[in-house]
Amino acid sequence: MSEWTMLTLVGADRPGIVARVTRALCSAGCNLGEASMIRLGGNFTIMLMVGGERSSESLQAALDPVAQELGLRLHLDPVRGGLHQHLVPNIQVRVAGADRAGIVADVTEILADQGFNILELESDVAGDADKPVYIMNIQGYCERTLESLEEALSRLAAKGISADVAPVEILIG
Amino acid sequence: MAVLEVLKLPDERLKQASEPVESFDQELRAFIADLEDTRLAGPAAVGIAAPQVGRHQRILIVDVSGRPKTTSHGHLVLINPEITHWEGFEIGREGCLSVPDYTGNVIRATRIKLKAQDPEGKSHAYEMEGYEARAVQHEMDHLDGLLFIDRVVSRRTDLYRRKVYQKGGRD
Repeated sequence: MSEWTMLTLVGADRPGIVARVTRALCSAGCNLGEASMIRLGGNFTIMLMVGGERSSESLQAALDPVAQELGLRLHLDPVRGGLHQHLVPNIQVRVAGADRAGIVADVTEILADQGFNILELESDVAGDADKPVYIMNIQGYCERTLESLEEALSRLAAKGISADVAPVEILIG
Repeated sequence: MAVLEVLKLPDERLKQASEPVESFDQELRAFIADLEDTRLAGPAAVGIAAPQVGRHQRILIVDVSGRPKTTSHGHLVLINPEITHWEGFEIGREGCLSVPDYTGNVIRATRIKLKAQDPEGKSHAYEMEGYEARAVQHEMDHLDGLLFIDRVVSRRTDLYRRKVYQKGGRD
């Protein structure tokens, strides 16, 4: 049995989801690891590392009452822990452009070709419903130079996408 | 000369405010040498503050001269530092010897003016910006019992929460 389980959860957003879900996990004797919880559109989403010796079936049973009551869908996968080894980003890429199909693929294919490892990506659809704007912020690690990335991304300008590359420098104090 | 033990989160002593230095004596200078040894022994730290090694006095060291293309005052020992003016703000990513395996984005003033004393007790005034100003603000927080994690922002939330005055403080 894996020491960690990845809980994926999604449902219509409302106050109290995190409190109810985590209380149910705590009562089931679980510890929590790292998590990403965020509202996407009108949905609340959770990716949460759950630790403990419980099987996926028994976790599912512990969470079912809350999930039913709050209308949440959830999924459980055994995963490796991998804690205490954060990778530190050295490059940030900010992307903005009129929303259209393919922006994310266009940008991230170029990054992948450059050997860029995405550590975090958040994107929003901003603007009005009739004039949506896609804004994406990526942080990751890449051994190529800033100039190499800028050069590779510059060809997106012809497609109306602006991509700004900046170093992420960590100040250790 | 000695490498001192660095206090790590959640050590409560990191939340304690430090007292001003009053005697500028040989003992103080010996401690500063040890503090510098401790900074250099860690993972590439550009600064360190006395409370990080459990000495609650308003002493810090900053040296960003190793960073390329950076204007700086070189190796600085700042005692009883006070920021007298600050302007602008920008986000930058920080980590800390006292908070292993964690980094986060923090808003700091872009340009600051400060007064501080040197290890002989002489007063100096400095104007600094960018990376060096960020390092000084990070270290000065330690003197008030604050860690950068008390100031971490994410793009989606409390971007403009610039000051945390005290532990558990709400503003």
